[in-house]
Amino acid sequence: MSDNIRFVQGNEACVEGALYAGLEFFAGYPITPSTEIAEQLSSRLPKIGGKFIQMEDEIASMCAIVGASLTGRKVMTATSGPGFSLKQEALGYAIMAEIPCVIVNVQRGGPSTGIPTHVHQGDVNQARWGTHGDHAIIVFTASNHQDVFAMTVEAFNIAETYRTPVVLLFDEVVGHMRERLVLPQPGEIPIVERLRTSVPQGVNYHPYLPREDGRLPMSDFGAFHRYNVTGLFHDMWGFPSDDHEVVHDLLRHLMDKIENRTNQLAKFKEFYTEDAEVLLISYGSTARSARDLVEQRRRRGESFGLLELLTLWPFPNDLVRKKAANAKYVVVAEMNTGQICQSVRLAVDQPERVFLANRIDGEFISPDDIHKTVRLIRGKGV
Amino acid sequence: MAVKDYIRERFFPHIWCPGCGHGIVLNGLIRAVEKLGVQKNEIVMVSGIGCSARIAGYLDFHTMHTLHGRALGFATGIKLSRPELKVIVPMGDGDALAIGGNHFIHAARRNIDMTAIVMNNRIYGMTGGQYSPLSGYGILASTAPYTSVDQSFDIVQLAAAAGATFVARTTAYHIQQMIELLQEAILHKGFSVVEVMSQCPTYFGRRNREGDAVAMLKHMQKITTPIGSKAKAENPELIERGVFVRKELPEYCEAYDTIIRRAKEGK
Repeated sequence: MSDNIRFVQGNEACVEGALYAGLEFFAGYPITPSTEIAEQLSSRLPKIGGKFIQMEDEIASMCAIVGASLTGRKVMTATSGPGFSLKQEALGYAIMAEIPCVIVNVQRGGPSTGIPTHVHQGDVNQARWGTHGDHAIIVFTASNHQDVFAMTVEAFNIAETYRTPVVLLFDEVVGHMRERLVLPQPGEIPIVERLRTSVPQGVNYHPYLPREDGRLPMSDFGAFHRYNVTGLFHDMWGFPSDDHEVVHDLLRHLMDKIENRTNQLAKFKEFYTEDAEVLLISYGSTARSARDLVEQRRRRGESFGLLELLTLWPFPNDLVRKKAANAKYVVVAEMNTGQICQSVRLAVDQPERVFLANRIDGEFISPDDIHKTVRLIRGKGV
Repeated sequence: MAVKDYIRERFFPHIWCPGCGHGIVLNGLIRAVEKLGVQKNEIVMVSGIGCSARIAGYLDFHTMHTLHGRALGFATGIKLSRPELKVIVPMGDGDALAIGGNHFIHAARRNIDMTAIVMNNRIYGMTGGQYSPLSGYGILASTAPYTSVDQSFDIVQLAAAAGATFVARTTAYHIQQMIELLQEAILHKGFSVVEVMSQCPTYFGRRNREGDAVAMLKHMQKITTPIGSKAKAENPELIERGVFVRKELPEYCEAYDTIIRRAKEGK
């Protein structure tokens, strides 16, 4: 077997992706089913001179990575539902202060402690609206280890490009399942490095004054530019302001830098979508069963197709509307009570054609589970 | 350097009420840094939320105004990431010991090299005078109209028990001692805690009939005494000032460097 082929858990694929992207600092707290990410990084990071710290709780872990990012490091934390709830306040801070960071949530069943060792995809809307206040957020997911790796790298690249937190929403099945991972060679996937200011020492540097292209070059804490960072609405100096124009413009900037790039940020995969009469839309581990069903039905000559979403937020409305335009039935497969189904219904021209195929009991959804729903919709009985 | 070289005049006037003790702490801190000769670029100041937290924005260091109670979490990320930087964390009593209590004891336990300044005015000032975990039994506050029945923490004992390797207490009245203690705390290798008893004439003083700022300062002079003084022996009610803990233990970032060496060597 070649050196760059591994047989690993999804959580390890995430670790490999993060290190490939240049991760230097990880703070975390043990929680099932994401703990392997922390365990692996506690061993891998010091080997490359990076830092790992197990904090006293999920809140502090999130705070620590934001602090470390300000000193110029690429940073990440990993958790699951209950911990993701606790991280929301500091996640909002990273949005407001525009500090790049990556937050992994390997989803388990909720609400509350829920069903820690089983799979659910119930945090989709929390990832969108978990922190308080109006805001935009970027959330990626993946169904297999090669994509877990690639989307983890992408998460770091996007976080650095737009100075924003990026959430990686994986799930217990993807996190714990083992499969082949081919590690790309260095340079095979482009890596985005932080944009640092070119303003020389002794000249005023405005940390929150966007360039013409909307980007904000950073200056590391400890370098020669000294400035203020706050979670309050702030002016171009990073100093608190309650001026209505400053507040309005900053909130618009935080929304627009992401929402205006929805189509650019929309990562997806498609299988037989062109002539699909039954279009499945799915993501995460559920997309594995959806794809299997599509292949099964295609072998029987039935026109099934799959749109697999890798970007969940901002929701790719245009993409979904376009792909669903000619389908007779649009079936959203997910392991929750219809969180993405709701968004699909809002995106398409004919929402009455959109149906939900789900499973919410902690058991992994099978191709058969999805097919039963499709048969029912098409009036074929179960 | 002059005091004004350390402040961001653009952001003045400050938000504190007339007579607030926090301005004295700001002054003392600047003088401590000036006496030490530490470069402004080497200092990161991380604060939480509250009246005390605003101290960070006024100073010409690398400054981060974070979340209520969480300053030490952010500061830990900064320090571990860049151990060469001096990290100072000014906090209020509610900030440090109510919502931030867990972070406080764990930062102390880790002995990570930073200086926590707890500006203890025994009240939540920014929200209008609610009782804090330092108000103590029998105190009037906007959320304790019949007096508080909560017992208070002793910051010094708590910090020492949690493992802080430098623990000191002073007051806004004792400005010279404050400057000396802050200097020693900043130089100390490890987690240092300096409690500065500070006055809030607007909310604490007025409601509890302690008088104006001058009266409150004089009161602090009266109720405190140097550690081990004769006065303390005669009146155990007096609050001691000075250095309570000064010890050496492995500092967190240095200890982690040995982990990096071992990991690189494969041991």
